[in-house]
Amino acid sequence: MIARLSQFRLKGLVFLAIVVFALPLFISNPFHYGLATQIALIAGAVVGLNLLVGFAGQISLGHAGFFGLGAYFSAIMTSNYGWSAIPALFVGAVGVAIIAWVVGRPILRLKGHYLSMATLAVGFIIAIILNNERELTGGPDGMPVPSFDVFGWELSVFGQYSLFGMEISGDLAWYLFAGMVLLVAVWLAQNLIDSPIGRALRSVHGSEVAASVVGVNTAKYKSLVFVISAVYASVMGALYGHFHGFITPSVASFDFSILLITMVVLGGMGSTIGVIIGAVVLELLPQLLADFQEMEMVLFGLILMLTMIFMPKGLLPTAANLLAKRRSKSAGGDA
Amino acid sequence: MFSEFLQYLFTGITIGATYALIALGFTLIYNASHVINFAQGEFLMIGGMATVSLTAMGVPMLLAIVLAVVLAGVLGVALQRLAIAPAKNADVVTLIIITIGASIFIRGLAQLVWGKEYHVMPNFSSEEPIQIFGAVLNTQSLWVLGVGAVLVAVLVYFFTRTLTGKAILATSMNKDAARLVGIRTQVVLMLAFMVSALLGSIAGIVVAPITFTSYDIGIILGLKGFVAAAIGGLGSGMGAVVGGLALGVVEAMAAGYLSSDYKDAVAFSMILVVLFFMPRGLFGAKIVERV
Repeated sequence: MIARLSQFRLKGLVFLAIVVFALPLFISNPFHYGLATQIALIAGAVVGLNLLVGFAGQISLGHAGFFGLGAYFSAIMTSNYGWSAIPALFVGAVGVAIIAWVVGRPILRLKGHYLSMATLAVGFIIAIILNNERELTGGPDGMPVPSFDVFGWELSVFGQYSLFGMEISGDLAWYLFAGMVLLVAVWLAQNLIDSPIGRALRSVHGSEVAASVVGVNTAKYKSLVFVISAVYASVMGALYGHFHGFITPSVASFDFSILLITMVVLGGMGSTIGVIIGAVVLELLPQLLADFQEMEMVLFGLILMLTMIFMPKGLLPTAANLLAKRRSKSAGGDA
Repeated sequence: MFSEFLQYLFTGITIGATYALIALGFTLIYNASHVINFAQGEFLMIGGMATVSLTAMGVPMLLAIVLAVVLAGVLGVALQRLAIAPAKNADVVTLIIITIGASIFIRGLAQLVWGKEYHVMPNFSSEEPIQIFGAVLNTQSLWVLGVGAVLVAVLVYFFTRTLTGKAILATSMNKDAARLVGIRTQVVLMLAFMVSALLGSIAGIVVAPITFTSYDIGIILGLKGFVAAAIGGLGSGMGAVVGGLALGVVEAMAAGYLSSDYKDAVAFSMILVVLFFMPRGLFGAKIVERV
């Protein structure tokens, strides 16, 4: 069964890789590339959040705080202090890891709604600081972010690059880069899930008391996965900032935290591919609903509510269940 | 010096009383169904907005208030019947997302009907503020405090003296046992949502002349109510009142003496400190987890 499971996981990664690299065949305009890049980066953060929510069964309503911290750290270091983007990204991630560890140890003792409240508070405090430290962050107006550079080589949406002898535009280059980052993020997450750490986390999800009785250091594993998911958010936030070239405190806002966790729940908690689908759906939905203008908010709320009421397990698990049922029916099997 | 302190105290207690009412609404629903209702703030918004628009249409103030409260009550029942009840076996996070979806939906509707502008509601009585030891007290603050006190008294009476109130309490303690003694728990859940919506809308109406009102005030007010409920300890009525008042006063003091930019940060730091020392809030019940 374990073998089948990991085989399924590998299939997921291959499937994702095919989708990521086939997409450029179907789209060509810069706006669509930009949207796809943004979705890939946010999906990366959601994959990290899913480790915490879907596997360890903990709630975070403040994850955008870590996304924002990563974005702002990289932005401030590269634009004000002349750092290169890669070291800024790594040092930012380490900093966020330390903050998440310090904050996580005490608040992960909390359960259920108290944990939601505490993570929400942490996210809010970060957003308020980013909003108010105008000299450093530009305040609510935001700040420009230099383009992403690797050892003097710059990745910009306005650039022109050649890859394997092909001329490609900056938009496409950014998209391919973000797609690869997402694949690496998924690969790392799947390895973690199949490791002893992943099993310990799932035992915490099942029953924390039972897990600690059989000798799992639940506090340690919960903090660890909190830190890992915060680092995912920080890295994706940093890349997001470089990609957009401009960030505002909205990247750390409560609304964005809610959006991130909604992507996890809507797509299907605990399913890596599922939560990516959640990210795609929730990023595309506002684009589709934009035509309805005034009705946009009503429809968005309605769709969110109805989906969660009728598919409480999320889109992918529900679809998979339906398929499995149909298959067993058509085989005439008695399940 | 003293007048300054008194001024902040008045502001804090007024807004704190509002938070307490919102927190009580959270507590009611949490007790009956263990759902944290992120749409709680929308009941306040509906109360304020409906009253303003009805009076603008020429409906007498008192009738407008009654209609607004009824509207919120209907909305509360609808929320329970149409969104919460069908998803009864869903995860905690899923239920949170459902109530968030509901709050976005309600906010969207309000924006369609009433637009995006801020609306002003006149004070219930005199616009002339009262002077006490050099501090200024808005007459509407007295309304907020008075109505808050009356509502708390009514709730205490309702839960300790009436059969319906006791049925809600019984359901919150043990749903299966309540059903066994003949309590219709589905009706009780509906009632809890309705009472919570009534509370929220009344709070929204009395505070509207002070804070103004618009389609999106529900978000932050709802969150503050959640903070207050968590400080007091989820599920404790006493905790909700104390938590609300404490939050309001601390916020007003922080705005006055520290920095108004950081007053919300102080509120959210407060919840972290409280939960650090008391993981179930000030008055939260100790819950034993069964394996």
